[in-house]
Amino acid sequence: MADQVADAAPEAEAWRPSPVQRERDEWRRRRTLRSAVIAAGSTLLLLGAIGGAVVSSPGWDRVQETYFSWDKAVSSFPAVLDGLWLNIRVMVVCWLLILVLSLTVAVVRTLRGPVAFPLRLLGTAYVDVFRGLPLLLVIFLLGFGGPALSLQGLPTSPLFWGGSALVLSYSAYVAEVFRAGIESVHPSQRLAGRSLGLSYGQTLRHVVLPQAWRRVIPPLMNDLVSLQKDSGLIAVLGVSDAIRKAQIETALDFNYTPYVVAGVLFCCLTIPMARLTDRYARKKGYHGAGGHL
Amino acid sequence: MSTREGTELLRLDGVRKSFGDNVVLRDVDLAIEPGQCVVLIGASGSGKSTLLRCVNLLEVVDDGVITFDGRDITDPRVDGDEVRSRMGMVFQAYNLFPHLDVVGNVTLALRLVHGVGADEARTRGLAMLDRVGLAEKADARPDDLSGGQQQRVAIARALVANPRLMLLDEVTSALDPELVGEVLDLLTELKGEGVTMLLNTHEMGFARDVADQVCFLHDGRIHEQGRPEQVLGDPQQERTRAFLSRIRA
Repeated sequence: MADQVADAAPEAEAWRPSPVQRERDEWRRRRTLRSAVIAAGSTLLLLGAIGGAVVSSPGWDRVQETYFSWDKAVSSFPAVLDGLWLNIRVMVVCWLLILVLSLTVAVVRTLRGPVAFPLRLLGTAYVDVFRGLPLLLVIFLLGFGGPALSLQGLPTSPLFWGGSALVLSYSAYVAEVFRAGIESVHPSQRLAGRSLGLSYGQTLRHVVLPQAWRRVIPPLMNDLVSLQKDSGLIAVLGVSDAIRKAQIETALDFNYTPYVVAGVLFCCLTIPMARLTDRYARKKGYHGAGGHL
Repeated sequence: MSTREGTELLRLDGVRKSFGDNVVLRDVDLAIEPGQCVVLIGASGSGKSTLLRCVNLLEVVDDGVITFDGRDITDPRVDGDEVRSRMGMVFQAYNLFPHLDVVGNVTLALRLVHGVGADEARTRGLAMLDRVGLAEKADARPDDLSGGQQQRVAIARALVANPRLMLLDEVTSALDPELVGEVLDLLTELKGEGVTMLLNTHEMGFARDVADQVCFLHDGRIHEQGRPEQVLGDPQQERTRAFLSRIRA
């Protein structure tokens, strides 16, 4: 004989957890609390141990005076901050140019057909060369060689040529990130686009790139964070960015605290960016069904 | 229900599961005895897959108790990995690991979870592949197999460590009609060997032939359950009749 469940009246959605569920929830809550306490305790212990080891070292007094002088930090702060503003501007402008150039290179490298061969070759050669060259070398070559060309219409400022070096070097890396993203979109998506009558370009623009874009955002953010600090390398051309300003301040009395100030300021830029990246990746990543696994 | 208290392999009491505001399972009770085959039927979205995933602890229930082998596995203190190692789960889309060959798929858990040495794992994996009729495909990649073959590999993967319970989630839904038979035949053989199974399917003929118990889910509740000839042949509930007439039309 079959069991039958009579149609229940529409369930009043006022569901109350059963006692066993309340006990489980309570256990999970206590567990979370315990984990937090343990995490905080072990963190404090570790930081305390490291800090204690550093402070009790024999040379600590001199190191503290040379690198962590509060007065020097305060006096050099405005100059370094002013230099950092240049880094931020360089970073923003370069990043936009990098996105455009690298996406172009990536798309060119994925083109099919014999007609596109020279373009593909050019794209491949560019990526190979600029990923192979150390960034500092590119900055030296362009920064000192570029102005020497005395090209009509191009500025000779080290800022321009240093920025160009950053754009050229970074675009080669970022192009590969884009290309990996484009190729990670399943071929069936391309087929579906073409079967609707979309052209190659339309399929790329409206089907493939939107999916590729979402996947590469975390690695792109990683490269952006990296660019933020590498923008300091153009200091070697004499551009007065945060690092150059810190160097000038240091030269006044051989106290290296301005470098520490610059380092802290760079971290203040990159750490929020890194947290933002994490949050974004989590939002786009695994959630919903099975999310606890 | 005729189930005697305490003899069941699996028992669900008042299981509830929701995703946000969407309540997928409300107050589900179910019991399976060793060797039984229980088939869940119901429309898409009626909660069949979610029920299987809750049993496999792939989802955390909002409320209720699932007892497996005499132990409350919904207790948060329970080691979910250990519980899952005693169950086998097969998915609609096979979910084989594309970077491993067929025997690698079948022996992964033997080696990593059950501590079986590489040689013995391979021997057992090959024997299990022979059992599902795919011994000659041991070194192939999953992508080189047909859907039916892939699903039989997935069944072998779930079965190789002798699970106490097999959970099969719409295992023939992604297959071409002419490939459905080979997978259902395999399941029928497993039933004959006494493997306990909880599965959901739209194959009513299979349910009629193999099930000891058919449960009709609607709106997150088991609306009707009983012997297949009764639920499928002479349904008592209006909703069951409506569902069956829709899929037979």
